[in-house]
Amino acid sequence: MITRKVRKWEKLPGKNTFCCDGRVMMARQKGIFYLTLFLIIGTCSLFFAFECPYLAVHLSPAIPVFAVLLFLFVMAMLLRTSFSDPGVLPRALPEEANFIEMEIEAANGNVPSGQRAPPRIRNVQINNQIVKLKYCYTCKIFRPPRASHCSICDNCVDRFDHHCPWVGNCVGKRNYRYFYLFTLTLSLLTIYIFAFNIVHVVMRSVDQGFLNTLKETPGELTVLEVLVCFFTLWSMVGLTGFHTYLISLNQTTNEDIKGSWSGKNRGQNPYSHKNIIKNCCEVLCGPTYPSVLDRRGLMQEDSPAAANSEGPCSFDNPVAQTTKTTAPLIPNEHTPDDVKLSIAAEKSSGPKDDQPPAAMLPPLASPETDAETSI
Amino acid sequence: MAETHSLQDMRQQAAVAAKVFIQRDYSNGTMCQFQTKFPSELETKIDKQQFEETIRTLNNLYAEAEKLGSQSFIEGCLACLTAYTVFLCMETHYEKVLKKIAKYIQEQNDKIYAPRGLLLTDPIERGLRVIEITIYEDRSFSR
Repeated sequence: MITRKVRKWEKLPGKNTFCCDGRVMMARQKGIFYLTLFLIIGTCSLFFAFECPYLAVHLSPAIPVFAVLLFLFVMAMLLRTSFSDPGVLPRALPEEANFIEMEIEAANGNVPSGQRAPPRIRNVQINNQIVKLKYCYTCKIFRPPRASHCSICDNCVDRFDHHCPWVGNCVGKRNYRYFYLFTLTLSLLTIYIFAFNIVHVVMRSVDQGFLNTLKETPGELTVLEVLVCFFTLWSMVGLTGFHTYLISLNQTTNEDIKGSWSGKNRGQNPYSHKNIIKNCCEVLCGPTYPSVLDRRGLMQEDSPAAANSEGPCSFDNPVAQTTKTTAPLIPNEHTPDDVKLSIAAEKSSGPKDDQPPAAMLPPLASPETDAETSI
Repeated sequence: MAETHSLQDMRQQAAVAAKVFIQRDYSNGTMCQFQTKFPSELETKIDKQQFEETIRTLNNLYAEAEKLGSQSFIEGCLACLTAYTVFLCMETHYEKVLKKIAKYIQEQNDKIYAPRGLLLTDPIERGLRVIEITIYEDRSFSR
């Protein structure tokens, strides 16, 4: 059996792509992200090449300088949003998954065969509001409040906002503020370029007439830039406004779309501080959460498939199907008697192939994925 | 973040009897807090007060990491002004507290839990979802 050291990102479940040896984490489909890059870099390059020399000379050199700073900030925010871990929750290891299964079975009692098991929900009280925590069949965990499973990336993401194809990544707890700053500064950049293109056309028209301005090379490109900026402007300003509204209420896009705290539930958002300034401070200036997904840690990989480990595991393999549980759980007073017997039988017969817990469930209890929408 | 090598070598020789998972406590919102309820599996192994003390200290440390105070506000504003490039050379406040937590857990394992045949796993290795306590089979471990 060959063992070799691999980085943990190579063995992570989920549909993410990793670059730079695990430092960069993105969704699988990146086409629209490349389009975003092309539009921003393309439009700004045209602006710097054709309009800026004229404006620097005829108006002020501060104009291109400020445009460069704004452009760099936009790119920094875009790359930060796209490349960082949005707040992915690692899947439960086999022992933890089994422990939760035991607790669920104990809570449900004996379900007669043929009947559907009750839905796996845990109720918690947060600030005098009952919040339901749903069980994720893919990740085998009860999702923390505000977390949601992204079907595109196949991960549970903490404080899930939405999956954004324009940035090629999910937007969650860790990168929401970068996403918001990206939309905000891109709106400003778009307005800036739009305004100065108009100024440029007006100034040239004063010199040489409107039609002549449009015929010459800088003029044609200016019109192209104005068109791109015009359409971008409306969507970006709208999106920024929408997210400003969400931040002031401390809501996520996911909660807003599902209507968790609107309609008859309005004003009951337990996460809101009921103060716009405080909500904004928490979302934008709160602590910078670290990634709980260890991407660059090293682990041993045993080939080919099943790894039989006695005693404490020397590595963590998050893929549940290839490891076998070696630590049967101690039954306590809550464990149903038949489960206790099966544990005793398991102990005496030695390790055997564990049937994945999902197979025990009737077909109606299918994996639950929330309807994810992408903006 | 990992336990010392000597501790790990000791563990290699012992067989795992069971694992207990301390779940998160969401009653105060999404802040990282763990339940202080004493699990029945540990009744024979460790003192209830001792266990609750450990969990309470961990909860306080996590609360310190996630505190919305002037320090986090200044750090956030400074980072924003530099387009977050300042984090390439500076450690965030949260990361500093995580290091403190790792040290505390190691110290607790060395002093209190290992002599009783138990091992605390740092919650960061489980996605801050659970505190995993491994119970080892009872062999004489006295050091």
